[in-house]
Amino acid sequence: MTAALSGEEIAHRIADKFPDSVIIADEMSVVIHSRSLYQVAEFLKNTPGLDFDYLTNLAAVDYLDYFEVVYHLVSLKHNHSLVLKTRCYDRDKPVVPSVVSLWRAADFQEREAYDLMGIVFQGHPNLKRLLLWEGFVGHPLRRDYL
Amino acid sequence: MEIERYQISVPSDVDIAEGLKINSLIEASQQPIADPDKWLDEELKRNVLVTTVDYVLDWARSRSIFPLMFGLACCAFEMIGSATSRFDIARFGMDIFRWSPRQADLMIVAGTLTWKMAPAVKMVYEQMAEPKWVIAMGACAISGGTFRESYSVVPGINRIIPVDVYVPGCPPRPEGLIHGIRKIHEKIMRESIKRT
Repeated sequence: MTAALSGEEIAHRIADKFPDSVIIADEMSVVIHSRSLYQVAEFLKNTPGLDFDYLTNLAAVDYLDYFEVVYHLVSLKHNHSLVLKTRCYDRDKPVVPSVVSLWRAADFQEREAYDLMGIVFQGHPNLKRLLLWEGFVGHPLRRDYL
Repeated sequence: MEIERYQISVPSDVDIAEGLKINSLIEASQQPIADPDKWLDEELKRNVLVTTVDYVLDWARSRSIFPLMFGLACCAFEMIGSATSRFDIARFGMDIFRWSPRQADLMIVAGTLTWKMAPAVKMVYEQMAEPKWVIAMGACAISGGTFRESYSVVPGINRIIPVDVYVPGCPPRPEGLIHGIRKIHEKIMRESIKRT
């Protein structure tokens, strides 16, 4: 069974390294600012003892006030997991840095999140629609769609 | 709401061509397809000799239908089930499901059709050799079913291709599909080589 790491403990380690990057943390997850997402992800992947080398899932949630992007990270080496979240508040231009260069699994997941939710992943090598066709207007999984 | 497309990679020619094709299909779907059975009312125009040839030809055709495998969703399992020994549509001369549209004359569209898949369905239909028939199997193929109001689902395959027989159900039982195939047989028996 994969051990779920405490979000609070990880948040302390992140805050030591990157001050002002953590928004909120609880037992389940860590929420960080999108401006420092890439640095934090790189830190989580490359720090000995953490070694989150596997991205199992990437999801986007629409809370009307803001969008939340959820990363489910797993370390195959230590068999532990962590839920990392980030928020973007601008509904017209939601921008989140891409993590494709860290985890290739994010490629299609970020394209899907762009397609259905309209979140732009800055630095993605091939950000275009995945499930819908070119020319489709709108992003249908947004809560204000239609 | 379409967000501003800065920093997004330029779509390739294949993507643009696909998008244009799907949008043109959506536009064309606003107009109903002309009824292909109008000529059936002109039975009185047949003469006796041709009717006899018609009967033999239609009898042979209706007893040797080659169906095309077109399973899109859960209805496909009922279609597969109707081909197995328990229901055995080989009794009606439909021994083999063909995988190539060029060898088939009956297309059983079993399942939900999305706009993304619609160009493929139209292309496969156009590749089939005449004479050809289409069965819309299940609520989704008939009208879109529960997904009718969805942004991605075609509200009935008759918006894309002409349909001969509708088999309702969600999904229909194999008996229902066999009933639909019997209706296709009846329809073929009324065909004429004088078809204009």
